[in-house]
Amino acid sequence: MSGPAAVELDGLERHYGERPALAGITLRLEPGQTLGVFGSNGAGKSTLLRVLATLQRPHAGRVLVDGAELPGEAWKVRGRIGYLGHEPLLFRELSGRENLRYHARLHGVGFERVEEVLAAVGLERRGADPVRELSRGMVQRLAAARAVLHRPALLLLDEPRAGLDPAAAALLEPLIGRGAPLTRVLVSHDVEGGLAECDLALGLRAGRQVFAEALRPAQAGRVRELYA
Amino acid sequence: MTRAALAILRKDLTIELRTRESVPAMALFSVTVFVLFHFGLDRDTLEGELASGVLWVTLLLATVLGVNRLFVAEHEQGGVEGLLLAPIDRTAVFLAKAGALLLYLLLLEVVAIPAFAVLLLGPSLLETLPELLAIVLLADIGLAAVGALVSALASETRARDLIVPLLLLPLVVPVIIAAGSATEPLFARAQTAEDLGQWLGLMALYDVVFVLLSVALFDYLLED
Repeated sequence: MSGPAAVELDGLERHYGERPALAGITLRLEPGQTLGVFGSNGAGKSTLLRVLATLQRPHAGRVLVDGAELPGEAWKVRGRIGYLGHEPLLFRELSGRENLRYHARLHGVGFERVEEVLAAVGLERRGADPVRELSRGMVQRLAAARAVLHRPALLLLDEPRAGLDPAAAALLEPLIGRGAPLTRVLVSHDVEGGLAECDLALGLRAGRQVFAEALRPAQAGRVRELYA
Repeated sequence: MTRAALAILRKDLTIELRTRESVPAMALFSVTVFVLFHFGLDRDTLEGELASGVLWVTLLLATVLGVNRLFVAEHEQGGVEGLLLAPIDRTAVFLAKAGALLLYLLLLEVVAIPAFAVLLLGPSLLETLPELLAIVLLADIGLAAVGALVSALASETRARDLIVPLLLLPLVVPVIIAAGSATEPLFARAQTAEDLGQWLGLMALYDVVFVLLSVALFDYLLED
């Protein structure tokens, strides 16, 4: 616990108008660890990811990402965060390769890395096709390639395997799975699978923290209570 | 910053080349309006202040179409989030968007001004073309700067199509007055460049002020 935490939250709050989306979220995630975020629809999981991604401002509390306090120092960590949310953040009229090259230019990454991640997600032969012509699973694979293109230190994953068949999900494991050498925050509705790959589990109900502790798959019942 | 601005500009131009959603619509709109004026005014030719007014109001309304669509790809396909996640200066986004709009306006005028000359304008354009090009370029820079700013502001609102004209039109009144006044003597029978330097100077000042203002404000428009 001597170095800066990958993520440190102390009383994080975020509202949409009067409605609290997140309140009193407090946890510490060490570099290289995975945080699993669980909760029913509307519990605040995606909002938490968006705050950590610097896309939304925290309204109260302290949020540190890789030692940088958000939102004031967001500029320090942008470029070290990879975000795979509900939207693929890809332009439909551009090909997969053009999309990745566009993001590579924004992040100052060489085009050889584009070919590397295209191959890693098994789309090197469909790289010239417009995104609008790709299947949902292919778009999700391409979005995963975009999220890791710049070799982020912190990867934020919002149901990253949604729409993927087992083979495609297995293909992404080295990039976004447990074996990837980075810190991850993972939102998942697969309770057992999620617990199996996280070091710390955060349970949310209506934006409030129910628990933030290390849980084993055998303790899945505690997570399931969130969905009751 | 230049690298990021060029990347965004390149992406916008590629999408526009493939979808052809902005420039052809702007050009077609302008030509249609000129035809409507031709029949609506029941005159074969216009000159002087009427000709100048018809040209600039038509170009301005066509600009509204382009401004409305400037951030559509970002808004509908998550491009704003892609920009916010990237370690880039927000000024690069403004420069790219203003640059794209400037190119759209110049392409629009390549079609619209000859069409105006053929359909409505009495005096020949050829003799005063250099002066007209200077006016068009300075007016376009101002329109592009304010247009990019307004488009970013409106892009996150539900009533984007209403917000753009309501914000854009009042803000560009000075540049349209200056452009119209500078163009008027060029379209008169006598074809003089009366007070041209004064109007060009005013437009250049407007351009500098609004480019600087847009750069200063753009950071706040894209943030949550």
